[in-house]
Amino acid sequence: MGKEVTKEEYGNMVKKASPDSPIFLNCIRAFLVGGLICCIGQLITNVCNVFGLSTEDSGTYTSIILVAVASLLTGLGLYSKLGKFAGAGSVVPITGFSNSVTAPAIEFKKEGFILGLGAKIFIVAGPVILYGVLTSIVVGLIYYFVR
Amino acid sequence: MDYVKAFCVGGLICVLGQILIDKTKLTSARILVLFVVSGCVLGGLGWYQKLVEFAGAGASVPLFGFGNTLARGVMREVDKAGFLGVITGGLKAASGGITAAIVSAFVMACFFNPKEK
Amino acid sequence: MAKHMGKQSMEFEKDISIISTASTVGTKEGQGPLKEYFDSILTDNLAGQDSWEKAESKIASDNLKLAINKAGLNPSDISYVVTGDLLNQCCGSVFGVRSLNIPFFGIFGACSTMGESMSLGAVLLESGGAKYVLCGASSHFASAEKQFRFPMDLGTQRTPTATWTVTGDGAALLAVKNEHPYIRRITTGKIIDLGITDANNMGAAMAPAAADAIYQHFCDFGFKPDYYDVIATGDLGYVGQKLLIELLNKKGIDISKNHIDCGIEIFDRELQDTHCGGSGCACSAVTFAGMLYNKLRHKSINKVLFVPTGALMSPTSVQQGESIAGIAHCVGIEN
Repeated sequence: MGKEVTKEEYGNMVKKASPDSPIFLNCIRAFLVGGLICCIGQLITNVCNVFGLSTEDSGTYTSIILVAVASLLTGLGLYSKLGKFAGAGSVVPITGFSNSVTAPAIEFKKEGFILGLGAKIFIVAGPVILYGVLTSIVVGLIYYFVR
Repeated sequence: MDYVKAFCVGGLICVLGQILIDKTKLTSARILVLFVVSGCVLGGLGWYQKLVEFAGAGASVPLFGFGNTLARGVMREVDKAGFLGVITGGLKAASGGITAAIVSAFVMACFFNPKEK
Repeated sequence: MAKHMGKQSMEFEKDISIISTASTVGTKEGQGPLKEYFDSILTDNLAGQDSWEKAESKIASDNLKLAINKAGLNPSDISYVVTGDLLNQCCGSVFGVRSLNIPFFGIFGACSTMGESMSLGAVLLESGGAKYVLCGASSHFASAEKQFRFPMDLGTQRTPTATWTVTGDGAALLAVKNEHPYIRRITTGKIIDLGITDANNMGAAMAPAAADAIYQHFCDFGFKPDYYDVIATGDLGYVGQKLLIELLNKKGIDISKNHIDCGIEIFDRELQDTHCGGSGCACSAVTFAGMLYNKLRHKSINKVLFVPTGALMSPTSVQQGESIAGIAHCVGIEN
């Protein structure tokens, strides 16, 4: 009988035995899908501009439209398929934020509209809003004193 | 030309996210947090806005852009309303995206059931 | 009476027969390489219910009844039902067993549950205090994802070491009877933790437990690996299988010739995009109730060491930084 394997030795064995993610292929897919989503965003922005909206408002409309479309795709069960293919390409754009709000809303509806859907809608996106707002307050405070 | 810029910059930002996911085993929730916080910091420094001016939606659509919106909003409100702006500025600027996300999520949840992958 | 063997094992004196089994699986498993062995394949993974959890209970309930029917018995004939699943507070089993009106032992052994239930079922029969014992385990891909990972519709990529939770229920009905195959012996595993924290690499978390239990089994009974025609682990997957064989090699045991893993058998890796293989309580349960039992019955194999493997963790423990502990139970089955 040989001696027992230590945690360190085992960690190395696991590293050797576990395949790595196909990172190159994943990056190409993320690039293509992420780029495409941004292009669609650009198209929406340009159309808004044609209608005479300010840059700021066009940007907001772009966000709203992308968010709504991604939410619909999530409802139809298509966004998870896109996500499987694109990885970060569909997580990083604002459409990924929308997906992360809609997916739990749909999933936890069965536990009721208040404690299910209502309470769990932000299980993924909640931290984004929390830490985003906290950071903005720090930025605002610094700006207030140094401007 | 603005489409090429949007495609390349937006695509590259997503590649950055992909490398983080594959190399660090971060979950997508952590990636989203990381991107919004860094976008907000870069926005506060005024650097990210330069990228937005260059790449348009290529820089504003990724979640960095959401962080940048928070930072720019808070600074604009501070200019307008003083100290109160520190509190109100961020969410005010981001309210469009967040409201759209929760309203559409609610509507979709009313109509759809979860689907197996 | 059963005899305590070595450190962790028990040998049975009575003929503890597996008189019938039943297996029900979801649509994906029903398209896999083992499809012809399953009794029932769902056309819809909601099984006519309105939630994943209710679907899992419905699958469990129907499959347990099927195992009873196949033996020509009624639920009232059964002394005990011993089942478990992955959901919080064993709710998959509880609401599946509810309508059966059979005395119930609810158990949790993560994906090793089938090994635990068959072990306990055999002990109950050996004690003489039971006539028929129904053992089972269930899992559901969607209810497991919802509880342990993310909502179904969240667009995430699965890592190459991730496994796919099997949707289904496997059941085995035990009785003291002169009808092959028989549960001859068991080795109950210890909790083994070698510090794996990646919840997407369950095979790596469980392989040390499987290696420990199998090694102990051979020590306690003085067997060589070639004693068994097949050594079937639960849901180690491709990574876990590699690690198991390597770990046992270090202890001077070579099982590479007769080892199979239920998680590898149940899906076609290339066609079904299941990455590292299948997992979940149902993975080993349906593979045993389907393929292994069938082969034992037809005597194309005669001696099987069935080793369901489990990763012991909860979303809370993982978030608090606890490592993932493994467990495995050996059940020696012979004709």
